[in-house]
Amino acid sequence: MLSKKIGFKLTAGVVLTTLLAISLFAWFNIQSQSKNLLSEVERHARQLSEAVKSDTEYDMLRNDRERIHESIRRIGQQASIDRIRVFNKSGEIIYSSESAEIGTMVDQKAESCYRCHSLGEPLEHLETKERTRIFQPHPDSPRLLGIIDPIYNSESCWSSACHAHPETQTVLGVLDVTMPLAEVDRNIRHSQLAAIILAISVILILSLIVGLMVRWWIDRPVQELLTATRNVAGGNLAYRLTVKSDDELGMLGNSFNNMTDKLAQARLQLFQSDKLASLGRLAAGVAHEINNPMTAVLTYSSYLLKRTKGRPELHDDLQVIVSETIRCREIVKNLLDFARQTVPKKRKADINEIIGRAAKVIENQLSLGQVKLVMDLDPALPTVTVDANQIQQVFINLMVNAVDAIGENEGTIKVISRAINLHPTGVLQIKSAVCRKRHELVDRKFQVDAKPAITMRYRHKEQSGLIHLNPMYGSDEHQLAGLPPLADDVDLVCPECSTSLITEGERCPQCGAPIFVFEVPLKGLVQGCLRDGCGWHHWEQVESNWNDEFVEVSVEDDGCGIPRTQIPHLFEPFATTKGPKGTGLGLAVTWGIVDNHNGTILVESEVGAGTTFVVRIPVRS
Amino acid sequence: MSPPRDILVIEDEPVVTQAVVMVCSEEGMTVTALDNAAGALRSLRENQFRLVLCDVMMQGMDGFQFLAELDRNGIQTPVIMMTGYSTVENALKSLAAGAVDYIPKPFTADELLTVIRRSLRSSALLEAAETAGLHRESSMSFVPCPDNYLKLGYISWVRMEDEGTAQIGVCDLFLKAAEGFMQLELSMIGEDLVQGITCAVATSPDGSLHSIMCPMSGKVLEINTDAQSNPSLIEKDPYFKGWLYRILPSDPENNLQWLSL
Repeated sequence: MLSKKIGFKLTAGVVLTTLLAISLFAWFNIQSQSKNLLSEVERHARQLSEAVKSDTEYDMLRNDRERIHESIRRIGQQASIDRIRVFNKSGEIIYSSESAEIGTMVDQKAESCYRCHSLGEPLEHLETKERTRIFQPHPDSPRLLGIIDPIYNSESCWSSACHAHPETQTVLGVLDVTMPLAEVDRNIRHSQLAAIILAISVILILSLIVGLMVRWWIDRPVQELLTATRNVAGGNLAYRLTVKSDDELGMLGNSFNNMTDKLAQARLQLFQSDKLASLGRLAAGVAHEINNPMTAVLTYSSYLLKRTKGRPELHDDLQVIVSETIRCREIVKNLLDFARQTVPKKRKADINEIIGRAAKVIENQLSLGQVKLVMDLDPALPTVTVDANQIQQVFINLMVNAVDAIGENEGTIKVISRAINLHPTGVLQIKSAVCRKRHELVDRKFQVDAKPAITMRYRHKEQSGLIHLNPMYGSDEHQLAGLPPLADDVDLVCPECSTSLITEGERCPQCGAPIFVFEVPLKGLVQGCLRDGCGWHHWEQVESNWNDEFVEVSVEDDGCGIPRTQIPHLFEPFATTKGPKGTGLGLAVTWGIVDNHNGTILVESEVGAGTTFVVRIPVRS
Repeated sequence: MSPPRDILVIEDEPVVTQAVVMVCSEEGMTVTALDNAAGALRSLRENQFRLVLCDVMMQGMDGFQFLAELDRNGIQTPVIMMTGYSTVENALKSLAAGAVDYIPKPFTADELLTVIRRSLRSSALLEAAETAGLHRESSMSFVPCPDNYLKLGYISWVRMEDEGTAQIGVCDLFLKAAEGFMQLELSMIGEDLVQGITCAVATSPDGSLHSIMCPMSGKVLEINTDAQSNPSLIEKDPYFKGWLYRILPSDPENNLQWLSL
């Protein structure tokens, strides 16, 4: 639907505004133009009337009617003059350029008379501008401009020889000159036409330019964004926008990509926990179900084994049954151990030493292929509190994967360890938060980024609702569906007891908005800015004591790489790319161990170029 | 009342019951089998058994509820728990709930018989001690044992040391019930021991293998080589010179809940 397109709406808006502007301009322009033209005609008429008066004055005094008739008729013949006539006080037309109407009476209500005669007693004096009138004698005829010029009595009139006028009379008659306005009207019509043509061409050009600009700068990126959101909504979290501009839409595109990344990570995490939990249930169920029949097999076979000591032909076969059943028992036990994901038994350990031990374990595999292992270990690495066996398992898994990725080819595996510092922002998860009356605000029912959110109730005028903050410290992210953006007049309260979480009198040092505060039990107060998009927050105890030290170990190979679509499934149990060679548990176990150590594991990979796994473990847990 | 039978098996999986009954009968023991704990409780009120072999996971009343019922009814017949869901928690919970021993499924005929014989002997020893005038509940030991020793059932002990380390050893009743150790297989220095999981395997004179459940998790710092080379030392002085390991406990607070004085 065209009318629903943003481009159409914008273009229509611009065109309407332009239309209005041009119309207004044209209207004022035409208005002033016609005023000028009219005043020109009026001036002309007035001059003419003065000329007629002075031309005929002498003849009037001499009462030479023939000459007066002749003068008026002659002047009235000019093209720019409609007619000239003189009528006396009683309305009789004495002289006229059209001889036919001489002697006829003019109705005092006629257009040339009503100025003075409209109010019973006739006026004897008229302002100059009121002498002029514009009228149309007939709807089809052109407009006319008439000017009346009263002829006043003077001494020469009543003292002249003919004595035509008594001395008491003020106004003797009226000289009425009318001129056609056809020329003026034609000019005005031309101007109107020109204005309309101008308006149409400006609108056409403008809508073309605006339409193109909108299409280029808005329509296309919006269309791309739309495709991307549909893709992501459809579950394709690997979809990426190619951002071409650095304007707001470009920024939107970037933050869309960012959001999709986070979403993919969160889903991975959620999926991972879910998978592990169901794997645990499955393993427990399998163990219980399979151990009973295995008990029968093992008991009977071992019993028979005891009874057949003298019969080697049976004994040896039974021995195989017993030992293989015991092997089954170990497999099930290992599966249970994995599924349980035991709490790590942590103590201080040197990560470099653990890497060294892990490297020893995989040395056999290295000598098979032509794989070189390069270690770049930071000798000044701080000791970390970890379960050394589990962490060793992590490095073994990553190195074995690297060897497998290189395969039969020549290649290099680089293991780099270093100490890094990470700001608490985005690293520290707030697992518990309480209001002033010590009600828990972290609500497991609501999750942001797959983590239980800090839930508060907001109040804004008549509205009220829950707001869920991302529990990662420093994250400005929150979920607040269909509600007003956080602003100065919003109140945040504890959902349980409605105690306000806003600190009276204190203001955000960055933007001056009100701030809210909650307590992390035993770990001090966390303050945050209320304003949407400000993002200021402060956790005094953490900011001043935060140990931002992490040990980072990256395992880098130049092997085959991992396709982008497979990365989200990398840490899922039973998601192997190695075919029958792999168990599909390696990276799932790795992920579980690193997570148990409050660490993070990242993967970067390019098909054909290689893969890098980065493990980060906090020095103090 | 009929004369006491040797073993009552409570197990809802017939194939397991049959296997256990066969193995035990072949050894000359009298065996009764039931497929539910409620019936077993009734049977225990009316008849005498020398030992109960009970599954943990059962329909209706489970193994832990059964142990609690025994305790309420004052029935002192020793119970060995067995389970297919063989977790450390199940093992520790069983011992804490009053079971005398624990055997994970699946097991071989010898593993089962070793545990049964050891349990029968230990209860016989306790009975003998009771008739000799020693109070049964106060201590399951014959050799004097100092107060600060924490025990996992009648199997193993741990003594917390001032340096933050701990000593681990075997209880005298376990030793006696196993009829002494001929050979001892220990973990290596640096290995991690886990509470509730086998930390040493001893061979008794009859050739049966006894798994010794570890009383506390931690890293092995030191092994008593004297005891390893001369296992009879353990029997002579189980609480002092006969210690097995010195460990650095990894999670003592959590481990303590399963231990008793």
